[in-house]
Amino acid sequence: MTDRQSIFDSVTAQIAPFNKKGATLSDSTTFAGDLEWDSLTVMDFVAAIEDEFDIIITMNMQAEIETVGQLVDAVAKLQAEG
Amino acid sequence: MSDAIETAADAHTPAETPGARDLFSKFDALINEREAILAAGVRDPFGIVMDEVKSPTLAVIKGKDTILLGTYNYMGMTFDPDVVAAGKKALDDFGAGTTGSRCLNGTYQGHMEVEDALKDFYGTSGAMVFSTGYQANLGMISTLAGKGDYVILDADSHASIYDGCFLGDAEIVRFRHNSVEDLDKRLGRLPKDAQKLVVLEGVYSMLGDVAPLPAMVAAVRKHPNCMILVDEAHGMGFFGPNGRGVYEEQGVEGDVDFIVGTFSKSVGTVGGFCVSNHPKFEVLRLVCRPYVFTASLPPSVVATAATSIRKLMGAGEKRARLWRNSKTLHGGLRELGFTLGTETPQSAIIAVILTDQTQAIGMWQALLELGLYVNMARPPATPAGTFLLRCSLCAEHSEEQVGQILGIFAAAGRAVGVIV
Repeated sequence: MTDRQSIFDSVTAQIAPFNKKGATLSDSTTFAGDLEWDSLTVMDFVAAIEDEFDIIITMNMQAEIETVGQLVDAVAKLQAEG
Repeated sequence: MSDAIETAADAHTPAETPGARDLFSKFDALINEREAILAAGVRDPFGIVMDEVKSPTLAVIKGKDTILLGTYNYMGMTFDPDVVAAGKKALDDFGAGTTGSRCLNGTYQGHMEVEDALKDFYGTSGAMVFSTGYQANLGMISTLAGKGDYVILDADSHASIYDGCFLGDAEIVRFRHNSVEDLDKRLGRLPKDAQKLVVLEGVYSMLGDVAPLPAMVAAVRKHPNCMILVDEAHGMGFFGPNGRGVYEEQGVEGDVDFIVGTFSKSVGTVGGFCVSNHPKFEVLRLVCRPYVFTASLPPSVVATAATSIRKLMGAGEKRARLWRNSKTLHGGLRELGFTLGTETPQSAIIAVILTDQTQAIGMWQALLELGLYVNMARPPATPAGTFLLRCSLCAEHSEEQVGQILGIFAAAGRAVGVIV
């Protein structure tokens, strides 16, 4: 299993409790469109991801992240930097 | 000429074409939601007009005497005779407005006097007055934290704090509301050598809860290169021995680098400020865009503010009355069976939590019909998606009025089915 796959699995595990619609998760799943998350859900979810990976995803970065795949890539990059 | 204008207007107005989109289309959902609410015969919670204002606690709305319980006029200074007289005199002596920036032609003797009053009130070496409280946060945050710096803010921060972040070039990190652990953890993950501005509020305005500042300050001080800004908009006037705010009451004055505040609550007029002991504070007057690129406050406003601030220094009796009112209302509402934002009365704000928009609007309107005005607040302004009615008390509410308020809440709550 690649690092990216393991990050993808951890991210989707973190999405699960917030996935009220039961949307299928792939790299192209969007948070606002497919998951229909509002800003409050996004905040809770980002905090959970930050704690899971011991990273900081600034609000500036969050603005650029629209899909699950983009988040996985961002986490991989932040972990590599950390 | 008029033909040309009409043609031009037609070209830009697709409203007549069904399904046409323009820059307003993104607001359609909100427009439809509002229309549906108003069509049900509800009064517009965001369109109240005060036809006459009789006192800090009483106004006429649609011909009806209405007790004001949603004004942030905590200390009731709006009609203080000395304050009003100072404003009238400044209007006569200095005119209606300055028509200029603080940095050019917009600093009068009155602006210096109100900054002196702030320095005396807060015991600081520096004070800078902005045209609104919103601009004070906008200016301080966007100017202090630049590219490569970090702003760390509470998730429940006021819109002006968020907007200050968005105006600047810093990296923005937020932590869970009032969570010392969350703040500590996030600071620990940031680069040690980066400069950081931690933004806190003394009182959070939606639920009226107070920040645990000593624990938060201690957490911040574990990490290098951090400065702390505390917004005391809702704490000025009645927290702490000198009324400086929650940070004074909780004894962390030595640890806070910047206090931001407003004239539009306890002071009773309009305007914003920042006070600090930083030796380089004055340079901000040259580099802070929301300070530089706007007209300064009118002479009458700074005169009323200076007079009010000086009177607030010795307003011990008013403070005591405000706290008494807050405790009576909080206890009374709990006894009636309402769910409140805080377990105990922590500030002069009491939030009544409701289940949804229908109940919130129903209750809000029932209160208004019975002669009581409170603020209705809804997401996204509220935390955790709650609908609430926000009550803010005034030192000038009489004991009798607080009794009337509880009576109105009881009647409205039963009529709407919020309480049994």
